[in-house]
This record gives sequence, C-alpha cells and structure tokens, in this order.
Amino acid sequence: MLQISNLYKTFNANTINEKQVLNGVNLQLTPGDFVTIIGGNGAGKSTMLNMIAGVHFPDEGSLVLDGIDITLLPEYVRAQYLGRVFQDPMMGTAADMEIEENLALAYRRGKKRGFRWGITKEEKELYVEKLKTLDLGLETRLTSKVGLLSGGQRQALTLLMATLQKPKLLLLDEHTAALDPKTAGKVLELTDQIIRANSLTALMVTHNMKNAIQYGNRLIMMHQGKIIYDVAGEEKKNLQVTDLLSKFEIASGEEFANDRMILS
Amino acid sequence: MDNIMSIVMAIFGATSQGLIWSILALGVYITFRILNFADMSCEGSFALGGSVSAILVVGLHWNPFISIIFATIAGMLAGVITGFLHTKLKIPAILSGILTMIALYSINLRIMGQANTPLLGESTIISIVKGLLPAAKAIGMKDSTLQYWVILLVGLLFAAAMIAILYWFFGTEIGCGIRATGSNEAMVRAQGENTDRMKTFGLVLSNGLIALSGGLVTQTQGYADVGMGVGAIVVGLASIVIGEVILHKRISFAAKLISIVIGSVIYRIIIAVVLQLGLNTNDMKLLTAIIVTIALSVPVLKKNKTKVVREGEV
Repeated sequence: MLQISNLYKTFNANTINEKQVLNGVNLQLTPGDFVTIIGGNGAGKSTMLNMIAGVHFPDEGSLVLDGIDITLLPEYVRAQYLGRVFQDPMMGTAADMEIEENLALAYRRGKKRGFRWGITKEEKELYVEKLKTLDLGLETRLTSKVGLLSGGQRQALTLLMATLQKPKLLLLDEHTAALDPKTAGKVLELTDQIIRANSLTALMVTHNMKNAIQYGNRLIMMHQGKIIYDVAGEEKKNLQVTDLLSKFEIASGEEFANDRMILS
Repeated sequence: MDNIMSIVMAIFGATSQGLIWSILALGVYITFRILNFADMSCEGSFALGGSVSAILVVGLHWNPFISIIFATIAGMLAGVITGFLHTKLKIPAILSGILTMIALYSINLRIMGQANTPLLGESTIISIVKGLLPAAKAIGMKDSTLQYWVILLVGLLFAAAMIAILYWFFGTEIGCGIRATGSNEAMVRAQGENTDRMKTFGLVLSNGLIALSGGLVTQTQGYADVGMGVGAIVVGLASIVIGEVILHKRISFAAKLISIVIGSVIYRIIIAVVLQLGLNTNDMKLLTAIIVTIALSVPVLKKNKTKVVREGEV
C-alpha cells in the first residue's frame, strides 16, 4: 500500500540551525491499516506526513503509494491520491467561500478542472446527504461562509472534504490538537466512523497516548527521526499508557518528559 | 445658472469616464481582492493597452475595435510575465509586478516610438459609434453633449459585458479554483490544484481587462501617453473601496462587481466636482490618495467602541 524506504531529511543543512528531522524512516502499510503515530516534539511525525503529502521533499529515500512512485511528484499532483486534515482548523478550508463551494473543490480533487460550472445541482444533494452524517446541522447552511464555522465544525468539514473522493491514504496531522477536549473527542469519533465506513488506510499523528491506543489497529512511536516502536493487533489493543512510557524510556534511553503527552 | 449647468455637464462627463475606467477597477479587483495579490504591473499594462490600441489605429490604420482586442491580448501577455516571475522564479508578488511595470515603460515607448500618440484625424471607437447615430444638430444637441452620450453608451456596454463574463468565469471550476487560491493556497494544493496555474490565470485575466480599459481610454480621450498608467492602481482601488463602502460588504458576487462600476463612477464625479470647485488637475493624485484613505478608514471609524462599565457605575 504505502512503502516508505530509508527516508532522510535535514533542515537548514550546514548552518548552525541544522536539524536532522528524519533519520532513515522505513514503514510499510497494508491496505486498511489505521496507524496512530506518537512521539515527542521534533520526533519527525509531522515532517514524515508532510513528506508523504509533498510539502517537503526528502534528501534521500523513496515513497511508493499503491505501486506509484510519488517521491518526486509535486504536492498538487499527488493530492489526487491523498486526503489530508491539518492541525490548524484554518488550513483545510477556504474561509471566504461557502460550505458547498469548499465541498465542490474537494469533490474535484484529482479531476481536471475546466470551464464547466463549478458546482452542480446533483452535487448539492450529495453534499446535504454527506453533511447529515456529520450531525452538526451543517446541511442547512450550505451557503454559509466557512469562516463563520467553529474550529470543530471546520475540522469535521475538512475531514468530509478529505474523504469525499475516496483517498488511497488519509493523512491526519494532529487534527484534534487545536480543539477543546469535548469537540476533539467528537471529531475523533467521526474520524473513526468515516475510516471504518469507507475502509480507508490512514495515518494519524496524535499527542494523546490514550487516543493512540484506543483508535486504529497499529501504533508507531517516533523518536529523533526514527521509528522506535511498532505494534499491531492484539498486542496493541492491550497496551496501557504506562507501557508506552516505559517502552519509550527503554527504546530511547531517555525519560519521557512531555507534559502534554502525560497529562492528556 | 451657467455655473450649475457646467457642474451638471461635468458630472455627466465624469459618469461616462467612470464607466470606461471601471473596467480597470474590475481588473484590479481580480488581483487585489479575489487573488489577494498586490499586482503593480497594472500601471504598465494600462498604458500598454493604450499604446497598442493607438499605434494599431494610427500606424497601421486598423479598425479601432480590432485594436482593442489586440490591446487586451498584449495586457494578458504582461500578466503571463508577472505570473512567470512570481510563480516560477519565486520573486515576491509586489516586486514581480513592479518589474513588469517598469519594463513595460520602455516597451510602451518602443511600441509608440514616442511618449505620446495622438489619434488626430483617425477613426476611433467613439467616432464610429457616433457615425451610426444622427448628427448632433439634427436632434438638437450640442456636439460635445452627443460625444458624452456615445462614451456613456460604449462604457455601459463594455462594463456590462465584462461583468457578465466575470460572473460566468468565477462560477466555473477554474474560477472557483482562483477564488480558493486567494483564500487558502495550502488547501487548494491539498485538493489537487496547481496554485501557480491559478495565480497566472488570474493575473492574465486581470491585466487583460486593465489593458482593455487602457485601450478604451485612449479611444475616448483621443491619444495614448506613456504616463497614462501612473496611479492607475490607486484609481482602481479607489473605485473598489468606494463601492464597498456604499454597498454593504456581504452581497452577492454580481452585486459586488456592479458596486465596483458604481464606485468608479462616483470616484470620477467626486474628482469632477472638486475640479469645478477650483482645484486643478495637478492636485488629482493627492486627491485620489485622500479619497482612498477616507474610504478605507470608514470601516475602522464605524467599528463599535467598547463601553467600559466599572463596578459602582451604571
């Protein structure tokens, strides 16, 4: 499905700010995998996702998605295979445009855009149906500007947009980190529901270890640009937060000192 | 009585001028408001449109209508250049526009071979349309009054046509892509559209409209001048913000486009009235800057002030 081989990336090479963010990452996903990714700040989680999405290009290594080598494809070209939800709720939608216009843009992901009408009547019916599944009352506000929505509503909408055209891979980059706990829980439930309903393959970065254990069928832990722990199936289901903490200490030889992860 | 009459005539003339210049404002709106791209090449492409139109009519005796088509195409090419500088060479938006603008100054001089090209004795769009109508005397009108009516008619037709085209275009898939690019580039790329392509598209369309406006201005004023584009960007912005101040901001797209045309007309009327009151044309640029400043500050001044209530006060 997704084959990441020997991925290396250094930012600001040969300067005083040099930072090696990815240090030989290897990862192989099978179809239907829902992988949660945890790790401290600067572990390379977001960089890895951004590299799959084409925001950054690797110094070394290759990315193959479903048999297609996407290592050097521009971001907008590989977007046809990917669904993305960002940490910042503002990033996934166009605030100045209506809900239905945003959905129409997402509906055309991977299709050639021309001088046809930007949004059709049949589509609008589809959008109403899809918005109903979010259960946020957005189906009656098709022509509202997205800028008027709350952060949680915008993330839910972005999630819908990311999956409107079924992606080969769904990338979730801490997409609930900017939301209050209750909304975050709701958006996570929705995420799980959408992934199951469409049997999607997904990568989800999170800072919340409980969520990382609760959701998905596989969990990986990153540290200093490497994957230091990879667990799936029954073993993952039986994990406890304390297990993760001690695994981290063993694997990295450091104490897991990150308030955000311990407290959440 | 004479004084009032001359003010009325001045307003009439200003209205027709405002319609011709409104096409410039529509072009500026595409880059500044829709694409969120401060495109300075506008000043150069406005004069480019004028130069191309003038030289085709004077030098090659082409039909003036065909001359403005070529003026538009020339403007579109200028847009391609700015787009190339910004998207491929990664030069910041403002600088890309300034580079194109400054380069066009020399190019416009090359095109005309001189700084100024009068259309004396040549047929213009205005003279052709006027020729289709009965003579001024026959309908009991002064020749200058009829001239204004013709410019008004031509301006109205072009402005209406451009509004229709823009309304259609920004409803299409590409048009939606351009609007989204102006709002959130990262999102557009994530949805699989090339934002470089969208920006270039917008710049081409904008500069095409601006050059068309330059061509029409040349046709109505009877000459092209290499300096005719100086301040064009502020004139365009003035029209946009006046339109926004007068009509409410949350209105449909079509109404927004119409408000820009109305804004352009109002701007010209303000200028005309002030000129009648004794200021001279050299003061115009200062005046324009003041109008834009006032129009832009209205929303700030209108904002509700917080009412501070301390404990014990009611």
